[in-house]
Amino acid sequence: MTVSKRIVLRFPRRLVERPIVYRLVKDYDLEFNILKASITPEEEGLLVLELKGDQKEYDKGIKFLIKAGVKIQSLSQDVTRNEERCTSCGACITVCPTGAFSLDPKTREVLFDNEKCIACGLCIPACPPRAMEVHF
Amino acid sequence: MARTIAEINEKIKAGKAVVFTAEEVIAVAREKGVKKAAQEVDVVTTGTFGIMCSSGAYFNIGHSTPRLKLGGGRAYLNDVPAYTGLGAADLFMGANALPDDDPRNRIHPGEFNYGGGHVIEELVAGKDVRLAATAYGTDCYPRKRLETLINIKDLNEAVLFNVRNAYQNYNVAVNLSDKTIYTYMGVLKPHLGNANYSSAGQLSPLFNDPYYRTIGIGTKIFLGGGIGFVAWQGTQHNPGVPRTEKGIPKEGAGTLAVIGDLKQMSPRWLMGSSVLGYGCSLTVGVGVPIPILSEEMLEYTAVTDADIYAPVIDYSDAFPNNKPDILAEVTYAELKSGRIKVKGKDVPTASRSSYPRAVEIATTLKEWIRTGKFLLTESVQPLPGAESGAVIKPLNERPIEY
Repeated sequence: MTVSKRIVLRFPRRLVERPIVYRLVKDYDLEFNILKASITPEEEGLLVLELKGDQKEYDKGIKFLIKAGVKIQSLSQDVTRNEERCTSCGACITVCPTGAFSLDPKTREVLFDNEKCIACGLCIPACPPRAMEVHF
Repeated sequence: MARTIAEINEKIKAGKAVVFTAEEVIAVAREKGVKKAAQEVDVVTTGTFGIMCSSGAYFNIGHSTPRLKLGGGRAYLNDVPAYTGLGAADLFMGANALPDDDPRNRIHPGEFNYGGGHVIEELVAGKDVRLAATAYGTDCYPRKRLETLINIKDLNEAVLFNVRNAYQNYNVAVNLSDKTIYTYMGVLKPHLGNANYSSAGQLSPLFNDPYYRTIGIGTKIFLGGGIGFVAWQGTQHNPGVPRTEKGIPKEGAGTLAVIGDLKQMSPRWLMGSSVLGYGCSLTVGVGVPIPILSEEMLEYTAVTDADIYAPVIDYSDAFPNNKPDILAEVTYAELKSGRIKVKGKDVPTASRSSYPRAVEIATTLKEWIRTGKFLLTESVQPLPGAESGAVIKPLNERPIEY
């Protein structure tokens, strides 16, 4: 069975210079798509990946990453909506490049599907009450 | 049939008033017919929740010891400048005010994270706000500096006073240019990439009383989660625009100036807002009850999104340069379908005002009336109507001779 997941990887300083993603391709035959990559002043590496492959190989790849010392989190935990501040106006809908926001046709509430989110951050300043948050 | 506001109030007091929201009454009118529906329905409630820039609040902070005269001095609330052209202890904070050190659009588009609207929201939420003031000092008001925390509960008066709210209809904004633009109508992508609109349509107050037969000066309303009143017609009130056969204005028309005690309002209905590349503002909740005094009023309140047209305007050229060009006229039913046709292109739409929150306002007002908590008022004077000849004028710039 093939799986495709969006994950956030955090590399400690000692791993920043190692070709971790290369090993995912070579040893576990996983496809990757880099959504975001950065190195912070403390030289911690951040990589947001879409990772695709056979479920068994995917699990092995994730195990390899954990063993190497990479911290892994699902992307959906990093992009969240503050429900107290969201007014369901809809300002985000046409701004989002991946269609992660949609309208409930009945209630006209704005729905957020974080599985579609690629954490580009375009919605954050476009939201008047600042309801969208990225926690990187 | 005819009904008076006094009769409706008697029914409200007895807990017998029949009240529907402007959304619900559409089905009632369809099922029963206008005549029968008008006999049965006493009040229809409306609502709108959107960014309304010409909003603000005034405060009386109480006199310090020794006294300081704010009037003619300078004052800041959480670093946002307040207007000090009033008396010794009065301040006015407008929703669009920005801290002196906000970078504005120096790095375009500016984010505008905190301004006057946010100060109003924080005060309403009961949070302490920093007041810093300087004055020139007089014999009777000798003090020159003041720095203190203030809280809404300690202020003598805190009054929301919005000079233009609840616009009767509004433009649909698009961008014909080849670069993204950042407007008060939101981010507009190039080449008709999207279309933004801002009205609750069939639920919006002035669409349900298009000729201002019942809404006038003194009308009691839902304002910011509490109770307020229509103070006057809003600025830019422009009743004489083209209308449909049913009297619905086909572009921005009437507006309301509204006032109410800020102390009984809620941050859920007054939210500081940031408009990318444009500025800070306040999102305001307004709901107006419409008494069904006649069949005509029931017919007005049964208006649907399909009956209401809005003009599509290019915000890259026509709007900034005050050109009258209208690219298309579309209904709110089309806008709410998620796509409209402009110049042969299928354009995705998005709203700037919240329809679910407009429903919540109309429903809240309905419950207040049903449970006898909210009585209707007679207006003291009607707003200028279509026949008044009132029009808004552009600025006539005249050179100054030196």
